[in-house]
Amino acid sequence: MIPPDAPELNINQIEAGTFSDFPKGSSKIIRMGRIPVIVLRKKNGDFKALEATCTHLDCTVQFKTDTEQIWCACHNGFYDVEGRNISGPPPRPLGQFNVTLKDDKVIITKQELA
Amino acid sequence: MSKFYQWINERLELDDAIKFAKKKRVPIFYGTVWYYLGGVSLFLFAIQLVTGILLVLYYQPGAETAFESVKFIVSKVEFGWLIREIHSWSANLFILFVFFHMFTVFFAKAYRKPREMTWITGMLLLVLGLAFGFSGYLLPWNELAYFATKVGSDIAGAIPWVGEFMLRVLRAGDEVTGATLTRFYGIHIAILPGIFTVLLVMHLMMVQFQGMSVPPEIEKIPEEKRKTIPFFPDFVLRDFMVWLIVLNIIALLAVFFPWELGQKANPLVSAPAGIRPEWYFMFMFQTLKMIPAHVLFLEGELFGVMLFGVGGLIWFFVPFLDKKSHMGIRSRFWTWFGIFLVVYIIILTIWGYLV
Repeated sequence: MIPPDAPELNINQIEAGTFSDFPKGSSKIIRMGRIPVIVLRKKNGDFKALEATCTHLDCTVQFKTDTEQIWCACHNGFYDVEGRNISGPPPRPLGQFNVTLKDDKVIITKQELA
Repeated sequence: MSKFYQWINERLELDDAIKFAKKKRVPIFYGTVWYYLGGVSLFLFAIQLVTGILLVLYYQPGAETAFESVKFIVSKVEFGWLIREIHSWSANLFILFVFFHMFTVFFAKAYRKPREMTWITGMLLLVLGLAFGFSGYLLPWNELAYFATKVGSDIAGAIPWVGEFMLRVLRAGDEVTGATLTRFYGIHIAILPGIFTVLLVMHLMMVQFQGMSVPPEIEKIPEEKRKTIPFFPDFVLRDFMVWLIVLNIIALLAVFFPWELGQKANPLVSAPAGIRPEWYFMFMFQTLKMIPAHVLFLEGELFGVMLFGVGGLIWFFVPFLDKKSHMGIRSRFWTWFGIFLVVYIIILTIWGYLV
């Protein structure tokens, strides 16, 4: 019944798309290895990349454009656009990733490597 | 016919079984209707067994095939939609009737000596019934099922000490993937039915050998003054009549209130708005929603798991905790405890659907 350990590909950087894929107030979920990452572009044009797994019970979060908040529909948990848990049951903030723009490409990097 | 019966009787001793069934009597009082609830639950389980076997003929577990095969069953296979609907509806009604059965047993104090083990096996059957529901919910591999499994397995992961191990065993890895689906399929169609059948036989044997329990106040009436009817054929025929009514209700529900298949599960899609678990998990879902991020020094998630764990254990061992029931006295504390639980489940379930 105990599953064997599956070797995990160690991915530290991934291309989320091109600059034009992210109009202001939009978001996209990508995978960095096993980790789902929500890449969003705020109304002011800044990018942000956060771990997309709610710290409460593992649901995948979504970006609410109107309020510029991150919302988990499973148990109504809210995070601000910086990933800080602000209301509802989430106990911790969302994990952070770095976003860099290179030749029109949106590159997401694990934070410890930045 | 008589020769055929004689042939069977010589080998299976049917006469003794009929003699036993005829000797058994069912008390007639205001709560006789409660006696049908266990039988209806049994009937619903049998329906699930038959429809489940039929579904297995076409269902294909796997992240790439499960959703498509269910779609094929409901759209292409002749009467496939009906079999799936009956399976889903009977599963939901099974849980509902088991809940009714459990609470009537509780309020009638039927768990008291010498029926403690009947209660325990019944509770284990309820746990397995919920596990059936949880594992079966994932099998269509749709969005709702995917997130319900993520949340459910993560709750198991929050259990102190064994949580991480349980999470990996349940998910067949760290994430909910096709491997989880295959595992849940195996659990749903092989492991759970096997254990369930053994416990069910034990539960039914205890009910047959110990006879029907009556509430303490009825027990005080001298036996010769109590009204009864023979179990066979009188009560059995009434049982069949109730089963027939239930079958008709399922047919109506299956035709007029079909279960949506929804969207195929996609790990790269956010949990959709309005996501909810099955109704029988709703009170727990709503409780988890209400618990703040931290309660004292504990994370809210862990606090919730501990709350339900302790509550479940108390409920499980109620026959041993309610000492007064052994003396045929109704304990006010335990009656109020049961009322509180029923009211809590109803209010939180309704609340969960309203918000």
